[in-house]
Amino acid sequence: MNQTSKTATSSAQAEEVAPSTLEKIRLASNDPFFWSNWIVVVAFILVVLVFGFIAPESYLTRYNLNNILVASSIPAIIAVGQTFAVTTAGIDLSVSSTMTLGAVVFGLAFTNGWPLWSCAIAGTIAGLICGVANGFIIAKRKISDFIVTLGMLSVAAGLALVFSDGRPRQIVSEPLAHMAIGEKGNIPYLMMIALVIVVAAHFFLFNTRFGTHILATGGDPDAARAMGVNIDLVKITVYAISGTLAGFAAMLTISRIGSAEPAANTSILLNSVAAVVLGGVSLFGGRGTIFGPFIATLLLQALTNGLTVVGVAAYYQYVSIGLVVILSAALVRTK
Amino acid sequence: MSKNSVNAIEVTDIKKSFGSVEALRGVSLYAKPGEVTAIVGDNGAGKSTLIKCISGVYTADEGSIHINGELVHFTTPEESRSFGIETVYQTLGLIEDLTIWQNLFLNREKLKGVGPFKILNKSAMREESAAMLKNLDVYIPSIKSRVRGLSGGQRQAVAICRAAGWGSRVVIMDEPTAALGVRETAKVEDLIKRMKDQGLAILLISHNFDQVLRLADQIWVMRQGNVMAGMRAKETSGDELVALITGAAAGRK
Repeated sequence: MNQTSKTATSSAQAEEVAPSTLEKIRLASNDPFFWSNWIVVVAFILVVLVFGFIAPESYLTRYNLNNILVASSIPAIIAVGQTFAVTTAGIDLSVSSTMTLGAVVFGLAFTNGWPLWSCAIAGTIAGLICGVANGFIIAKRKISDFIVTLGMLSVAAGLALVFSDGRPRQIVSEPLAHMAIGEKGNIPYLMMIALVIVVAAHFFLFNTRFGTHILATGGDPDAARAMGVNIDLVKITVYAISGTLAGFAAMLTISRIGSAEPAANTSILLNSVAAVVLGGVSLFGGRGTIFGPFIATLLLQALTNGLTVVGVAAYYQYVSIGLVVILSAALVRTK
Repeated sequence: MSKNSVNAIEVTDIKKSFGSVEALRGVSLYAKPGEVTAIVGDNGAGKSTLIKCISGVYTADEGSIHINGELVHFTTPEESRSFGIETVYQTLGLIEDLTIWQNLFLNREKLKGVGPFKILNKSAMREESAAMLKNLDVYIPSIKSRVRGLSGGQRQAVAICRAAGWGSRVVIMDEPTAALGVRETAKVEDLIKRMKDQGLAILLISHNFDQVLRLADQIWVMRQGNVMAGMRAKETSGDELVALITGAAAGRK
């Protein structure tokens, strides 16, 4: 601050001086963004090191690390969608049941003999429809995102039961199985798909006009509207993205478990919100990062995996994930 | 005389009611390019309603608005903006979590690429943002800083630069220095003078009579939805303004 006022007094120095690398780092570290972005990376490395130290022969194996990557890929895709919703100061509570509905629609199409690619599209479109419905009601009817997506959570879960008659459908498919277990250069295919989505989402949010409008809408909707940003369109789009990704991720889930289950996987929802908060996305909107929630997803999976490896009962894992979410939210809050 | 021939803004007999409340009861005034035109009046005199009619937030019930001699009828802020009218509101309309250049270019982003695959041209926007600030002699350490980290005066300067860029012809300012300290107020006043020198018409709403007398060329006094008086700033005094605003003196036109 002192420096600012000193330089500001002489307008002769109006030209911008190119800051040195050191200066850039100093500026960046003053930005609260910087720390919330990097704290998750540090925590991830720490978790891997700690479990690697406790159980080196079972945790830090190629097989186990591969497991962590595979287990992270689906939550990572869902977390990307959640990030868009949270960046506009919203939340999408319907992701897990939207994914279930997508899986059921996929299964229905598959048992009717549709080709694989059209099953995938059908499942994705089911997700898209849920997302657009969420966004439309939130934007146009001005109802709280919390209520709308909570309602959708029930609607989508119910529809999944209706369409499937409550029964899981076995999906036997060679290419799907190949996708679930295959890998290239130590990177599982599922993780590759997740990475493509993460990179594309990052590019969309930070390098397109619409991405800037998403950040602006989250930061200050009134100011964004005053500048002519179509904030209704922004809201509809972010929920549409979240729903579409959930519908798409349904296919990956089916590939892993070999069947379309009508039961909702609720831990996906908690995981996505946890990853977003841990990843440094502000729950008040306007501050987004895609890589943060992605690393946070890896962190959460590394943590659950580690707890399993060292023999902590699965029940305690729920407790620990919940605590991590609350703790990280509290940490961000005090910043 | 050519400067006086066309008014940047000319409103004639504007009326606006909200239910049974008549906010504007036939207001006529004008603002010339290259001048600061101040509108003064007590709370509820109709100043804010008037500028909202000009900036397209409200549509007047009756009367006409001419911009540079052209009859206009605004129903949205975008239409008003397309005629080169920009408004700096009391709440500045900046997005705190975005950088200065992102704010300057919000919804006017520069793009590169072909067809539907257009991406942000960040370097061009950063360069032009620096030029926009420099053009009005505004010094801010880095164009890449987020607005959150700026002082009140710096924010005001960014908001004003955004309004003054883009080939604007009229900049409306609602209490631009109300929240600022003495030094920052002086800087913003300098900024307003530079904008005036560049030929912009500036419509200034202010409660600060000293400031109005310092900055304005033309002053309009409003009371209870009417224009009580309009005069050159150098032909009046603070006492007379107070008398007109409170109704102690009869209007003059």
